[in-house]
Amino acid sequence: MMRRALALLAFAALLASGAALAHKPSDSYLTLAVDGETVTGQWDIALRDLDFALGLDGNQDGAITWGEVKAKHREIAAYALSRLTLGSADARCTPVLREQLIDNHSDGAYAVLRFAATCPAPPRVLEVGYRLFFDIDPQHRGLLNLSTQGATRAGILSVDAPVQQFTLAELGKGEQFIDYVKEGVLHIWTGFDHILFLLSLLLPAVLVRSRIPGVHWTAAPSFNAAFWDVFKVVTAFTVAHSITLSLAALGVISLPSRLTESAIAASVILAALNNVRPVVYGGRWLIAFGFGLIHGFGFASVLTDLGLPQGSLLLALVAFNLGVELGQLAIVAVFLPVAFVLRGTGFYRRGILIGGSLVVVAIAAVWFIERAFNLALF
Amino acid sequence: MRRAATAVLALTLYGFAVAAPFVPADDAQVLERLPDRSAPQYRDLKRLQASAAAAPDDAASAVALADAYYRISRSEGDPRYLGYAQAALAPWWKNPEAPTAVLVTRATILQSNHEFDRALADLTKAIAREPRNGRALLVRSTVLTVQGKYAEARADCPKLYGLVPEFYVFACTAGIDSLNGRAGPAAATLDRALSSVPATDNAARAWGESLLGEIAQRRGDASAATHFQAALAADPRDLYTLGAYSDWLLDHRRAAEVIPLVQSETRVDALLLRLALAQKALQRPEANATIATLRARFDASRARGDVVHRREESRFQLQLNGDAQSALRLARDNWAVQREPADLRVLAEAAAATGDSGAQEIVRQWLAQTGLEYAEVAAMVGAGGGGRK
Repeated sequence: MMRRALALLAFAALLASGAALAHKPSDSYLTLAVDGETVTGQWDIALRDLDFALGLDGNQDGAITWGEVKAKHREIAAYALSRLTLGSADARCTPVLREQLIDNHSDGAYAVLRFAATCPAPPRVLEVGYRLFFDIDPQHRGLLNLSTQGATRAGILSVDAPVQQFTLAELGKGEQFIDYVKEGVLHIWTGFDHILFLLSLLLPAVLVRSRIPGVHWTAAPSFNAAFWDVFKVVTAFTVAHSITLSLAALGVISLPSRLTESAIAASVILAALNNVRPVVYGGRWLIAFGFGLIHGFGFASVLTDLGLPQGSLLLALVAFNLGVELGQLAIVAVFLPVAFVLRGTGFYRRGILIGGSLVVVAIAAVWFIERAFNLALF
Repeated sequence: MRRAATAVLALTLYGFAVAAPFVPADDAQVLERLPDRSAPQYRDLKRLQASAAAAPDDAASAVALADAYYRISRSEGDPRYLGYAQAALAPWWKNPEAPTAVLVTRATILQSNHEFDRALADLTKAIAREPRNGRALLVRSTVLTVQGKYAEARADCPKLYGLVPEFYVFACTAGIDSLNGRAGPAAATLDRALSSVPATDNAARAWGESLLGEIAQRRGDASAATHFQAALAADPRDLYTLGAYSDWLLDHRRAAEVIPLVQSETRVDALLLRLALAQKALQRPEANATIATLRARFDASRARGDVVHRREESRFQLQLNGDAQSALRLARDNWAVQREPADLRVLAEAAAATGDSGAQEIVRQWLAQTGLEYAEVAAMVGAGGGGRK
């Protein structure tokens, strides 16, 4: 009882003697410089804090010497670096220690850890996750100074905000535009279903339906005629997929991707079959338009995956679309002259038009089954 | 000895001024000195840490450890230990229905971080559960006093009879009365209690004498020095008294005596401030380095988003940095949160330096409304005699 009274006594005296007179609280100073995919860092951590966490004062004499710090270098690095993450979970930049030094700040000596981290790609947004000392001192703060391309930014990492994201460089509007154009081109070039659909519709463009019984096709009389036929098909496809791409990207309509992807595969089958057993000739642009609407949904899912920039949605849409058109034009520019030259040959009419279309049907049938039934055939 | 300490200090400050990471040349080089671990407050720490670790769900062990950390934070002036105390209470830290002992310790930590309203909420809940919790009542009275809510604060004092040692009941009442137009009787009560109430330990004596010192200082009574010295005789490392006595010495042009008082406590920002003020008053060449360190500390504090140093920073801006407007802004913001005589003085000094009539009026009104007897502050704002006598 007496002991308790005494404890209370001493306690109350401390409490009642007015507001706190304080030292500087526990802070660490984290300086990061981002250059391309490399993040170089310097992390100053108070020896007092490290002593509380790891016990630096080996001989317990109340003085921390350089020898004692050196003896704990490995532990310090492991302790600190395991409590810092740079980059998001799918794009980690793992810090590797370079050297450990000492520095004196206004409130005492700090261990200085210098490190470098390599990111999988130059980060546009750097995520910093900081957990140092929060378990033993929730009032600890990590004071971050982040520099990139001459601009610096500050952040306070605390137990309530341990993970923060820093946008490193807002790309200029021009750069952003070019970026999305590139993505559009890339998508049409690597999206074989779109190419096969378009080519299937274009293959007959250099030919005209024959009136001779038993002969389906004859060569188109002029390049002009072939060109205008191609022009109609490509334009119809473009207008159609632009409409649905925009509607989907703006969130007006959304369809399940399994449905649109299956429908895209089906459109390829039908377009190719039409070459083997022609049902539609002069109205191919209508097929291009109708199915183009479905292909637009496919493009939209790509655009969503890329991440649409807030505030420049329209810019991204226009640029991506433009990219798709440029990619298409490039394909047409290669296809049309070659097909026009070969149009009179049996190789073209049987080998390419019929044989090629059958191959396309087979490929698209596999896609259709895979997509519609969620199977992996190959 | 004194010269050696000055040299060490100057070196430390110089080290900061040219700060650049380095590799120490010698393994034996001392980089950092830790507080003396053989001091009584550290002795029990290991045992308390072990029992808290062994029973992580036991509130009593956690509270005992948190209280031990809290005491060190006060005696060393090191806010790290407030963080450690908070961590000790981690399982309950955000629980509004935590056990009563946790509520009281949590409130104690919160008020140290100037989170007065949250502290009061915890204390009021604890007192509703346990109306005879002496510590909760005493802490609540203290927090209310800091906020300047004297009537509410004083209402808790009589309830302390039989719950805490008698001296604290007297000190509770007298401490508030001394701010409230009854400084003379309050001082007499404290004087009597110090000499007559049995079993007054050194910490209690240091508190009582330092209260008497402050009352005398505000009333312009020369006995202040004797009381501060008596307080320091009872507890030589009482940081609060070191600050208060330093201020008295600075006011009385005895800056040379400040330096030996505070030069070994420069980790504490408020005492580093007194050192800088003394060095500047004495036109010592070290003053510039000390001011630079102080500036770095305030910068660091601002960088982490802290606002607990505004009282000191206002004095720094006014007296060492020549920025009266910043001083006034800080003093006003500080006054919105805490209302001790020291806070009023900072506001009065900044108001006088800037000639800001609004701030001067706040000070005059406070003096009139509370009856606080503070001659120097009253003179600064032209409020006549300084409260009722």
